[in-house]
Amino acid sequence: MEALFYNVDAGFLEGIVRGYKTGLLTQNQYNNLTQCESIEDFRTQLSATDYGNFLANEPLPISTSTIADKATQVLVDQFNYLRSNAVEPLATFLDYITYAYMIDNVILLITGTLHERDTHELIERCHPLGVFDSMPALCVASNVEELYHTVLVETPLARFFRDSLSAAELDDLNIEIIRNTLYKAYLEDFYALCQKIGGPTADIMSRILAFEADRRSINITINSFGTELSKEQRARLFPAIGRLFPEGNNQLARADDIDQVRGACEAVSEYRAFFDSSATGGAPSNANGSTAHLLGELDDGGVGADLEDRFFLYEVHLNKQAFLQQFQYAVFYAYIRLREQEIRSLTWIAECIAQDAKDRIHDFIPIF
Amino acid sequence: MSGAGPRENIFPTRMALTNTKLRLKGAQTGHSLLAKKRDALTTRFRAILRKVDEAKRKMGRVMQLASFSLAEVTYATGDISYLVQEQAKSASFKVKAKQENVSGVVLPAFEVDRVPGTDFNLTGLGRGGQQVIRSKEVYAKAVETLVELASLQTAFMILDEVIRATNRRVNAIEHVIIPRLENTVKYITSELDEMDREEFFRLKKVQGKKKRDAEKADKLKSLQNADAERSPNVVEEGVESGGDLLSNRDEDVIF
Repeated sequence: MEALFYNVDAGFLEGIVRGYKTGLLTQNQYNNLTQCESIEDFRTQLSATDYGNFLANEPLPISTSTIADKATQVLVDQFNYLRSNAVEPLATFLDYITYAYMIDNVILLITGTLHERDTHELIERCHPLGVFDSMPALCVASNVEELYHTVLVETPLARFFRDSLSAAELDDLNIEIIRNTLYKAYLEDFYALCQKIGGPTADIMSRILAFEADRRSINITINSFGTELSKEQRARLFPAIGRLFPEGNNQLARADDIDQVRGACEAVSEYRAFFDSSATGGAPSNANGSTAHLLGELDDGGVGADLEDRFFLYEVHLNKQAFLQQFQYAVFYAYIRLREQEIRSLTWIAECIAQDAKDRIHDFIPIF
Repeated sequence: MSGAGPRENIFPTRMALTNTKLRLKGAQTGHSLLAKKRDALTTRFRAILRKVDEAKRKMGRVMQLASFSLAEVTYATGDISYLVQEQAKSASFKVKAKQENVSGVVLPAFEVDRVPGTDFNLTGLGRGGQQVIRSKEVYAKAVETLVELASLQTAFMILDEVIRATNRRVNAIEHVIIPRLENTVKYITSELDEMDREEFFRLKKVQGKKKRDAEKADKLKSLQNADAERSPNVVEEGVESGGDLLSNRDEDVIF
């Protein structure tokens, strides 16, 4: 049914997004970029792509963070165009995409408030996708209690806060725990929204969100080894969706080392592959080997870092699949994520060029 | 001989000679000691120089790795600098200074004191935590290298200064003080010799005079004895010996 009326509201925007998608860099363009000798060459190569002259007005020593900022700005402009043309329910869907960035921004402001810094200067550091109109209002709050109430009143994040945190908790809990609690609430809520929209959107988005949730669960587990985060706290941060839920999450909550994490993921064949190959060691771990004599016992980090790359790779794979179906909203989400990944790749290549680390330059994740 | 080089303004006496010789000996001992110190310091200096070179190269590599690992963090998690800055409460990496003694030179040495555990070990919990930890480790290693380099570099500067001063002293003793003392010794010796010779000559003169006087006295005595026999003849002969200047012609006078 949704195919019948889809184009009435969202047909135009889907066309736009699919157009944007063809503007993503291809393997060939990545090859050209990796051949660059300097950032200057890099800029020239990029000007031939969809990015155009986005770096044209920058003074010459271009830092990699400038490149990332400008590229993000391109993405934000595209997103704002989509958002302003969207009607319900796509508008809500697009809003939900920004909530993830909003969480990061609010967390940033909370950190600033907790340490009694001037939060106004933090506004500039916020992710542009997560900026909302009432954000400067949050800066008025001078203590955490006030901030909590302002967040409840002014931001769309209110429901995540209301359900998962109280004002008192905001003060004592580690900021990362707050962030992950909010993110868990966000993922669950987004999942519910997608289910409500139904149809192919629900199909595809549930796959992507399930992976996102599982990835967070696995990451939280691995990263909490050897920290003061208790197992009960850890279990509370796992989103209640995803393919690992509930059985795998329970195993993750009890896990003490990476082998148990692997055991928890055995049930899902795709996830098993992450650990299989990371145990034997892929290409990036060779680069670690060359520096091992300098750094000593950092192999442990190598496995985690490797895993992260595999997650990114799988995420890109899932997002690409979203484009295979028509008449659904997942393309918007997928496009944003792919574009984000592309910005990361660009920054990585620029960083490799700037730091003259040509041997690692191919460690980015190409999309097409 | 005595005026050949600079010497101390001293009255040439035997006392002064003994003193100067003692000082010369002292200067020579001092010179050899200082030279030994200089050699020891130079050996140390060379070793430090080599270490500084190694440390600098290592620093280059480690810093590159470190900033690269930060790039990895940015790749995985985005910008975390503000969170990390705000959550850092106490220093987990401290530097202690202690002192080391090399041939009487006090060199400061810096030591790393790492407190295990961190304030931000939950950073990147959701994603990229491994990279954050790794980056932290790499940067800790980099800072360790920097600390090592700092203590080497400080030692290098101080040793350089001390070696210069020692060198100056050694050279001053070798080229100024010792020659001067030697000159003084020579001067005093020569003056004393001179005085000895003068004394000897004077004694001889006195002796000769005494001899002459004795002879004269003897002659006079014998003459008086003879005079007692015929005195008038002697007086006439003595008067005649003067002669007339004009009567006998002198060759040197031309006109």
